[in-house]
Amino acid sequence: MLELKPERLDVGEFSQQPISISGRSFVADVSGALYWPAEDILVVADLHLEKGSAYASRGVMLPPYDTAATLERLAATIDAYPAATVVCLGDSFHDCAAAERMSLADRETLAILQEDRHWIWLNGNHDPVIAECMGGVTLHEITVSGLAFRHEPTQGPVTHEIAGHLHPAARVSFHGHVIRRPCFVGNGMRLVLPAFGTYAGGLNVLDDAFTPLFGHDGLSVLVLGQEGLYPIASRLLKED
Amino acid sequence: MSGVIAKAGEGPKARRPAARAENAAITLPAPFSDWFARRGWKPRQHQLALVEQSRARRSTLLIAPTGAGKTLAGFLPSLIALTESPRPKQGAGLRTLYISPLKALAEDISRNLVAPVSEMGLGISIETRTGDTSVARRARQRVKPPQILLTTPEQVALMLSGSDAGYVFADLDTIILDELHALAPSKRGDLLSLGLARLNTFAPGLVTLGLSATVARPSELLSYLVPQRAPELVCAMADLVVAPPGAEPEIDILEIEEPVPWSGHSARYAMHEIYRAIAAHKTTLVFVNTRMQAELVFQELWRINDKSLPIALHHGSLDKARRLKVEAAMAEGRLRAVVATSTLDLGIDWGDVDLVVNVGAPKGASRLAQRIGRANHRLDEPSAALLVPANRFEVLECRAALEAAKAGEQDAVISRAGALDVLAQHVLGMACHGPFAPDALFDEVRSAAPYAGLTRDRFDRVVDFVATGGYALRSYERFARLRPTDDGRLRLAHPSLIRQYRMNAGTIVEAPMIKIRLVGQRRGRSLRKPGSPQPLMGGRVLGEVEEYFIEQLAPGNTFVFAGEILRFEGLSETEAYVTRAPGADAMIPSYAGGKFPLSTHLAKRVRAMLADRSRWADLPTPVAQWLGLQFEHSELPGADDVLIETFPRRSRHFMVAYPFEGRLAHQTLGMLLTRRLEREGAQPLGFVANDYGLAIWGLGDLSARFANGSLSLARLFEEDMLGDDLEAWLAESSLMRRTFRNVAVISGLIERKHPGREKSGRQVTMSTDLIYNVLRRHDPGHILLEAAWEDAATGLLDIARLGQFLTRARGRIRHQALDRVSPLAVPILLEIGVEPVGRLTREDLLREAAEELIAEAMQGGVVHETTIGDRDAREKHHANARAQARTPRRR
Repeated sequence: MLELKPERLDVGEFSQQPISISGRSFVADVSGALYWPAEDILVVADLHLEKGSAYASRGVMLPPYDTAATLERLAATIDAYPAATVVCLGDSFHDCAAAERMSLADRETLAILQEDRHWIWLNGNHDPVIAECMGGVTLHEITVSGLAFRHEPTQGPVTHEIAGHLHPAARVSFHGHVIRRPCFVGNGMRLVLPAFGTYAGGLNVLDDAFTPLFGHDGLSVLVLGQEGLYPIASRLLKED
Repeated sequence: MSGVIAKAGEGPKARRPAARAENAAITLPAPFSDWFARRGWKPRQHQLALVEQSRARRSTLLIAPTGAGKTLAGFLPSLIALTESPRPKQGAGLRTLYISPLKALAEDISRNLVAPVSEMGLGISIETRTGDTSVARRARQRVKPPQILLTTPEQVALMLSGSDAGYVFADLDTIILDELHALAPSKRGDLLSLGLARLNTFAPGLVTLGLSATVARPSELLSYLVPQRAPELVCAMADLVVAPPGAEPEIDILEIEEPVPWSGHSARYAMHEIYRAIAAHKTTLVFVNTRMQAELVFQELWRINDKSLPIALHHGSLDKARRLKVEAAMAEGRLRAVVATSTLDLGIDWGDVDLVVNVGAPKGASRLAQRIGRANHRLDEPSAALLVPANRFEVLECRAALEAAKAGEQDAVISRAGALDVLAQHVLGMACHGPFAPDALFDEVRSAAPYAGLTRDRFDRVVDFVATGGYALRSYERFARLRPTDDGRLRLAHPSLIRQYRMNAGTIVEAPMIKIRLVGQRRGRSLRKPGSPQPLMGGRVLGEVEEYFIEQLAPGNTFVFAGEILRFEGLSETEAYVTRAPGADAMIPSYAGGKFPLSTHLAKRVRAMLADRSRWADLPTPVAQWLGLQFEHSELPGADDVLIETFPRRSRHFMVAYPFEGRLAHQTLGMLLTRRLEREGAQPLGFVANDYGLAIWGLGDLSARFANGSLSLARLFEEDMLGDDLEAWLAESSLMRRTFRNVAVISGLIERKHPGREKSGRQVTMSTDLIYNVLRRHDPGHILLEAAWEDAATGLLDIARLGQFLTRARGRIRHQALDRVSPLAVPILLEIGVEPVGRLTREDLLREAAEELIAEAMQGGVVHETTIGDRDAREKHHANARAQARTPRRR
């Protein structure tokens, strides 16, 4: 896979992008997190903690460093946006037993991140139950100032919604380059966040799964590069 | 000359040439002698020798040329033993295992074997087992195997992983390994060696018969065949039987009036001669080194095929049905010629070929011998072969190959340390068979020659990897795939892992092919803001190349493919996007010259030929003239010295080196030198490498910098480039990622297939990239990273050969600062833009560009003096040079 190179796109001020959802102003970050300045809320989706160990329990010994790597990136993001509230949009844990497998060190990291702020776990399909020892508050969904935060986006053209679950990724083609990257996808009225987890894969935004959400037009994406976050015209998007 | 047997004792010291086979003492049982007699044949010496060896229960390597009845020699002992002594069964009754690198070969042999067996009325059961064999049949073969089973290394591994393996192989007494020279030096050979070690445990005292083409150092194959009982003390070896080489081949080098081209690989200049040769013979095999050459030569031959001779094409990218059709037509004698690549180097019988044409340089003496062996399967008649050099360097190389053939010189099978990923796969397979004691398995593994040098520490790390992933962070203990039993052995933690093993077994990870798709022209560089790029017009697919070629390119690099100069724009999952770049200097070596780098000893012969002017008299006039001019203008690379030339050309400065170490080593050297020059501020822009040398160019005046001492050649070529520089380059190179992917698949870190959905090449890439990044960052000492590094070093980078070169170069670099391109540099510089060219107009264009370059180099007879060195001494030197160079020119 090609990296986004500065000579192809100016990185400069692209590390974050302003984004508007149903009239509220947000900041999308290159890490894949979303920050809401007005409410001082930081939102991340699909951390899939302990995915490596979930595979290992089935005999596929992926390197066990994914949880540490994900939390490390999350810590850096929280350093950049030290919000009063962090909302994790579900599938934070790869399965319900993930908490038991998590190492002591990773638990401590998580506890430190949770200090002095509200921490909200939303349930996802991977983590319908979240162990209490993981701290924070567990909810199915939450509404703040008229905006709904939930794991699975509602099927159908709703507005005022911020969700995860789908792991959106864009396959972008320009100047002959084709680059596949995680992305934010939205239409101004609702938004789906990219998966934050280190081992999380991606689903092409042109996949049928996105059609009920955005119809066939009006979809806009912010593609996560190495150093920048890039709005890409939908005509440059390619199917897998 | 009769067959010669060398018996091996316990070590190499004890090896002694034994008496010639006492053929009078060897009698074949009636059905066999009758069968030979009925056909008017006599068993050959080496065939009888193998019968005797097998009766004496001695493992043996048979080295025999093609057409010497090698396969029959391999099977004869088994057939006789099965007829003479129907032993009481202890297991399933499988007596002989024949293992071939190709499943097609196994099928072919089976057909060829069944006929004589039924003619002799032997009533021996013979079956094949390959990946294509039905599940039901394979299951039946485990319960009731045939007496002789023909199969592949992968199938052996799978059979050994079964809990019933002890029963299946209990009666085994003979293993025949065909085409051992091709199989042994590969990961498949590693896998097979581990299988052999296990088979020796199940059936102690079994006899292994290896069949091989001629190799330079048989000792590596001899040790491969037998268990190494005390690997740290002695190297155990099998006996050796060498069949007489047959009549000396008649090899000619095509030399015609037409001047040999400066560069390229198409040999287009010689097509009429090749066609005449085809017309003058009954059946001709035309061997080329690459698929692209094959396509081109085939097209060219048909263009001039006024007599409409049936000429066919055969190479690996053609679809299977088409290949089979050609093979059938050939066997039936319906073709006059087949243009083929190395897919035909191995085994399969080709009927009555009376001429072999080798287009391009043969790259290695053994390869040439084997190709020539395709002509005339009757040993007593000489094989006829015609070598067609495609360019001037190849003239030298063909000469060297001819001399090597006359001297009976052969390429060495490269001995290699067994790969760790293969070992990991084997360890899991052995656990699938049943619980194992690590101590015992370690001893067994070390009895396989490739693993004789394995340390216990590494073995334990591999076992640890199989058990828990082997990570420094020991978090997977409770998911361990291997668990200790009460008696200290290790057992499989869960039976579902057997399925996982079986789905992922084997060492072949398909080299993904990348489609080359032509897209619209780039619209300048106006793309400053994202969101406003010009859409590209999707275009047609020009063809496919191996991923490894594409992965060397950076966007913007130009290369030649399908006769066009193309600019690489980027890579998608399985396609490389290119645009036309007419007139550009193609920066990266075209995918040319074949996959086989020039062998070390042929390179040595070529260097010696260049250094010894008395031998130029034999060369075709244009080539001798070319060398003469080089002598006047610069100097020639010595037999051991390393010549470096620097010169300006247009607005760039060039440095050309002539190490003669093969393309892979030169490419690695090019990458590393470019990095160093960049660091030294010499502003390198690109490089090109071929089998003979490499050229780097840039904006900095290298001649001046070497002259004023601000840049040191000795420092530039210092061996330490293989340390940090290599490390740094590899860290950012996609090559390591690809290598890691193969290692991850073979070792079983990731799954090759999932039930119902098989991952395609590039999808696997995506996920191993993630893993590679995480592993490098969090566990840099992991055993799989070590394994990937070793793979890269021995494979694509040819580090060993580069290292040898750098050692050789120390203190032996001779620098020539020239005022313009030297005659010897021209072919290398021409590689920048030339490849077998498909379209005439494009060829014309390139020829014009080439002629301009040549004219510049050859400008008159007068060589302008450069300002370096002692002027008078140089004058004198050149006067001598001119006198000497004239000698060959007069011819």
